[in-house]
Amino acid sequence: MPETTTPAIYTSHLHKTFGNKVAVADLTLTVERGEVFGFLGPNGAGKTTSVKMLLGLTRPTAGEARLLGKPVGDREMRRKVGFLPEHFRFHEWLRAGEFLDLHGRLYGMSHSERQEAIPRLLKLVGLTDRVETRLGVFSKGMLQRVGLAQALLNKPDLVFLDEPTSGLDPLGRRLVRDIINKLRGEGTAVFLNSHLLSEVEQTCDRVAFVRQGVVLSTANVADFDADKLQVVVRVGQPSPQLLVDLGQFDREVAWENGRYHLTLPHESDLPRLASWLVGHNHTLYEFTPTRLSLEERFLQIIGEDTGQ
Amino acid sequence: MTTLIIAQLTIQETQRKRILWLALILGGLFLLLFGIGFHYIYSDMEQFAGNRDQIFLGFLLMAGLYVVNFLIVMLSVLTSVTAVSGEIETHTIETLLTKPVRRWEVVLGKWLGFVVLLIGYIILLAGGVMLIVYLRAGFAVENLWAGLGLMVLEGLAVLSLTIAGGTRLSTLANGVLTFMLYGVAFIGGWVEQIGALLRNETAVDIGIVSSLIMPSEMLWKKASALFLPSLANNPFNVGPFAVASEPSTLMLLYGGFYTVALLLLALWSFSVRDL
Repeated sequence: MPETTTPAIYTSHLHKTFGNKVAVADLTLTVERGEVFGFLGPNGAGKTTSVKMLLGLTRPTAGEARLLGKPVGDREMRRKVGFLPEHFRFHEWLRAGEFLDLHGRLYGMSHSERQEAIPRLLKLVGLTDRVETRLGVFSKGMLQRVGLAQALLNKPDLVFLDEPTSGLDPLGRRLVRDIINKLRGEGTAVFLNSHLLSEVEQTCDRVAFVRQGVVLSTANVADFDADKLQVVVRVGQPSPQLLVDLGQFDREVAWENGRYHLTLPHESDLPRLASWLVGHNHTLYEFTPTRLSLEERFLQIIGEDTGQ
Repeated sequence: MTTLIIAQLTIQETQRKRILWLALILGGLFLLLFGIGFHYIYSDMEQFAGNRDQIFLGFLLMAGLYVVNFLIVMLSVLTSVTAVSGEIETHTIETLLTKPVRRWEVVLGKWLGFVVLLIGYIILLAGGVMLIVYLRAGFAVENLWAGLGLMVLEGLAVLSLTIAGGTRLSTLANGVLTFMLYGVAFIGGWVEQIGALLRNETAVDIGIVSSLIMPSEMLWKKASALFLPSLANNPFNVGPFAVASEPSTLMLLYGGFYTVALLLLALWSFSVRDL
């Protein structure tokens, strides 16, 4: 089991500029050991640059980053870090087994460790019968699977998965989800960079919303049920005064299609709103709460910031 | 350890991409053609040439080695030009560099893999040409190992330049740069030789400056002067392959320095760049 005294990822005011262009403005975040962490943001939010800085591929202009308690350049630390890159382009003239063997050797794994790990991982990603197949004839999905096996070779304590399901069919996505859950069970921290919000919602413990390399907000996925929900209200005698009165629950309450639309900050506001309406003698015809999907949250948080 | 793994991978890559086999088969074909041609020319020479025997043999040998020299420069560039930049462009390198390795070890490994291939190829081709001439006509070069060593050094200089360029330039830009520099050295070398014959110091200086920019041609000239010390300095003996202005020992040291400096530059440049 990994030591749990230091976080899996810790960054403090990480900053990167390319010439005059700011790619990452100020990235400060902590990912705990064994946590599955979703990193969300629009295109050009600096997600890839952030991942590259954490992996030592790109040097930060300023700020500090530590993985597993060690500075990012530390080689010993990298023995316990796995990475599936977004582009998953590998030496396509290698056979799947040779490819994993090469990366196992680069991890410093012994011959017997590689002999044990390679068949196990090929089985895990469903490529057992492809051990002798050249990567050059692999489909996109197969490449992504073998890339995932590569990222897990050395039983890492921390794995970076950059869009790990972009080339996969629904079955493959399910497989990746199962693997992530298995990693969580083994105490491995997973840093998941993905555009597929439903997937993030299903697999992550915590998510961060980033824009221009600034974490706008982080949230526990488990708390999503309890916080922020929308409610649609229809009463017998709507009036402009009621719209004003409802402002105490949500300042941005809206009147549309004969209904009041409110966004409540917390689930506990729901019974409060219902009893206020009844207490003020409003006849209640409709009272429909809906949870915000991650996608709506995403649009709300990213949109709020851009003023859209 | 990383360096050896990558060196092995580099050699395996040329083999899997059929570059190695093509180079070996075509190299064999070249030797076959040279051997057949040499056999028939020498048969005629035996009848007519008389005491000019040695001079003709020297000329033919230099012609063969000159082609080998050219092939080695070409292959050094063509095989290694994508080695670093190609893997950066395809992002293949990212999965390697996030392993517990140092970046310079990866570049050094690639360089080393090509060095092994280069030495093997020089021994095969240059050795083959020399062996054909020796077996058919009993004519042997002098200073065999020193001369071959300089041909290797020439290959290494070109290789180090290409690898260094690949750490910062795109594959295409790197290829253009390397071939243009080779062109500069090539034409500079000719200007220098003709200048030396005409005793035109400016022309010789132009050649020396071009050798400082790219010492490949100069190293070849020195190698041929070593192979045929009594013949190579006279254009009436070996025609265009003559070495009228022989590079100095200082120039040779510069060739070694150039190679090492570019290799170190490659290791450093790749270690500090963003990917």
